[in-house]
Amino acid sequence: MQPGSRAQYDEMYDPDGGVRPAYAGFCNWYDAQDRDWLKKQDIEAERFFRRTGITFNVYGDDAAEERLIPFDMIPRIITANEWRKLSRGIEQRVRALNAFLHDLYHRQEIVRAGRLPERLLQGNEAFLPQMAGFSPPGDVYTHVVGIDLVRTGPDEFMVLEDNARTPSGVSYMLENRETMMAMFPELFSRVAVRPVSDYPRRLARSLAACAPDCAGERPVVAVLTPGIFNSAYFEHAFLADQMGAELVEGSDLRVVDGRIAMRTTTGYQPIDVIYRRVDDDFLDPLSFNKDSVLGVAGIMDIYRAGRITIANAPGTGIADDKAIYSFMPEIVEFYTGEKPLLNNVPTWRCSEPESLKYVLDNLKDLVVKEVHGSGGYGMLIGPTSSKGEIARFEKKLRAKPENYIAQPTLALSTCPIFTKAGLAPRHVDLRPFCLVSPGGIDITPGGLTRVALKKGSLVVNSSQGGGTKDSWVLED
Amino acid sequence: MLGRSANGIYWMARYLERAENTARLLDVGFRMALTRGAQAASEEWKSVLITIGQDVAYRQRFDDYAGPQVFNFILRGPDNPASVLGMLENARTNARAVRTALTREAWETTNEAWMVLREMLARPVREGNLGEVIAAIRRQTTQVRGAMEGTMLRNEIFNFSRIGTFIERADNTARILDVKYYVLLPSLSWVGSSLDNAQWETVLRSVAGDRAYRWLNAGRLDPRGIAQFLVLDGRFPRSLVFSYDKLASNMAGLARQYGSETHAHELLRSARTKLQDASIEKIIEGGLHEFITDFIAGTNQIDLAIAAEYRFIE
Repeated sequence: MQPGSRAQYDEMYDPDGGVRPAYAGFCNWYDAQDRDWLKKQDIEAERFFRRTGITFNVYGDDAAEERLIPFDMIPRIITANEWRKLSRGIEQRVRALNAFLHDLYHRQEIVRAGRLPERLLQGNEAFLPQMAGFSPPGDVYTHVVGIDLVRTGPDEFMVLEDNARTPSGVSYMLENRETMMAMFPELFSRVAVRPVSDYPRRLARSLAACAPDCAGERPVVAVLTPGIFNSAYFEHAFLADQMGAELVEGSDLRVVDGRIAMRTTTGYQPIDVIYRRVDDDFLDPLSFNKDSVLGVAGIMDIYRAGRITIANAPGTGIADDKAIYSFMPEIVEFYTGEKPLLNNVPTWRCSEPESLKYVLDNLKDLVVKEVHGSGGYGMLIGPTSSKGEIARFEKKLRAKPENYIAQPTLALSTCPIFTKAGLAPRHVDLRPFCLVSPGGIDITPGGLTRVALKKGSLVVNSSQGGGTKDSWVLED
Repeated sequence: MLGRSANGIYWMARYLERAENTARLLDVGFRMALTRGAQAASEEWKSVLITIGQDVAYRQRFDDYAGPQVFNFILRGPDNPASVLGMLENARTNARAVRTALTREAWETTNEAWMVLREMLARPVREGNLGEVIAAIRRQTTQVRGAMEGTMLRNEIFNFSRIGTFIERADNTARILDVKYYVLLPSLSWVGSSLDNAQWETVLRSVAGDRAYRWLNAGRLDPRGIAQFLVLDGRFPRSLVFSYDKLASNMAGLARQYGSETHAHELLRSARTKLQDASIEKIIEGGLHEFITDFIAGTNQIDLAIAAEYRFIE
């Protein structure tokens, strides 16, 4: 094995080219493998994914309706100690997020205390007036959270983004592990990796624990999908399957006797908890987008009457807003009374004149993101953009500065990927998945590691050509 | 289970069965084209189109029944939504929509069938590789059936898939028989001629029953015997009686699981009684074509009743 670039923190090698302790077991195994055999396994992995139909759809890309997310077989490895620290930080942050959401839809103490400007809520589409004054069952707003982390140094993990609305990718976390175990079983007998396979069972348990009072002994859970053309359909089907829950579409549901019920072969059966994977706007044509056929007419009324649990709660997306994100340190302190254990990436809010000036002066060194954007769309990556692209973006920025935040381009850590020519370092991030119920917060050890496949690229989004890796948390 | 899922699995099974039966018919058309003159071959290709109900659509696009033109239209015609490729896509789309109702193996074989055949049908099929393509369709669809048979719980999901299979099969066998009897032969005076016999043999081959029939009948080729075999022989897996027997046992499975019967059960029971009481003499006396027309309509009614009773759609 050859050490990679030293410019950033390398997950596998220390600056002297030595293998870091976390990777010792893996590298021992790896170095003993036949290179040609590994190449064959690499091709085999792709066939496996294609046959299994682990695909995602790309919008506006007719020729490739279903694409594979490239899988890289070199795992990203986290020590038990690192994970302990990380999970404490995530737990604190998730607790704060839920308290924050409750507050926003009730007394708005944080605004009254002058710690969050009211203008961030006014006119913000993710803030739903329909939720004001209402408390969801168990007071849980975000039942499933994905916190995107990046690493910049030995002890520096930072939160890049909170995904409290509908984090996706957990099926890849699970399938990546399955694939690795199928390809390299003996590797797992040598290195003790904490399992992730019980995530669906934990999800089912966590969702059931959030059921409304009208639910019976065994709450009925269903996953609501927009259907087979949605980019994450595979994941919706996968989770429903693994949980033993029904996978429903809007057309399967209607209000029957004051409950949301699904049309089964023997009649309508009430649902207690709906894990919805459609956006707020499409959830209820009576309350939101009236043209939507993806949701259920009247579900908001049933919800407000306390007769169904919607996970994640409508209006939770306000916490994903990137302008809100920039206040997360204050938010964590305000609700937990503690210093944040995980830092934010430094962020300039372009709505503030001084910050805007700085951002405009330094565009070529910054990453600028839309406040409401997701999936890597509508952003500018200064260092890799042409002068023309920067000039065009500058116009948009000047026209609507409050629409943007900016961050420095961080020295994201790298982790080697397997290439025909050998190992090569690529930038990675990490999205652990966290479940919230009245009983507590449950974080699955690991998560989804996304990797930029292009040399030097910082973009890891699957919709932008990124790949994924299996993510290991080592046993103590 | 969801009514939509029941609908999906039912149609997944129907499309797979239809794709397989279409491949079997093509095989026969192909064989006839190789062994007989151009004129006869043209008639055979036409009868294949009539049997699968695509003759009208075909004639809107083409003037003659040249073999490669016909089988390419049926297999992969880009403007033919009822092509084999289209059926496989429909089967696979349904399978995707009901993935949670399938075992992993059932889903993977379906997905693989679609991938393999889409690849094979990406370019026009030549006479030289038609046999290979047909064999691949038969093999891939058989594999899906095998995966379902071997891995799926014997619950409502499995029952709906089998019901789809046997509704489709009953309909297909009936159509094949009808086309032979009603469409193919120029006039009654041809009955018993060598053309007549060759056509009956074709019919047997198209349902993969030529060998079984010979075992049972010591090589005698007798229209009455063949009709008896295809309609009433409960040992033959593509006969009408066999299809209805399976339909009945899978419908009974649903009734057991749900604790009650439906209107579809009633319709099936009376249709089955009619079939069991029939003898080939009586059928031919009353007119085979009339009998078949009646049978196809009855099967269609059962299909509609199942969709309504089990809430396939709102």
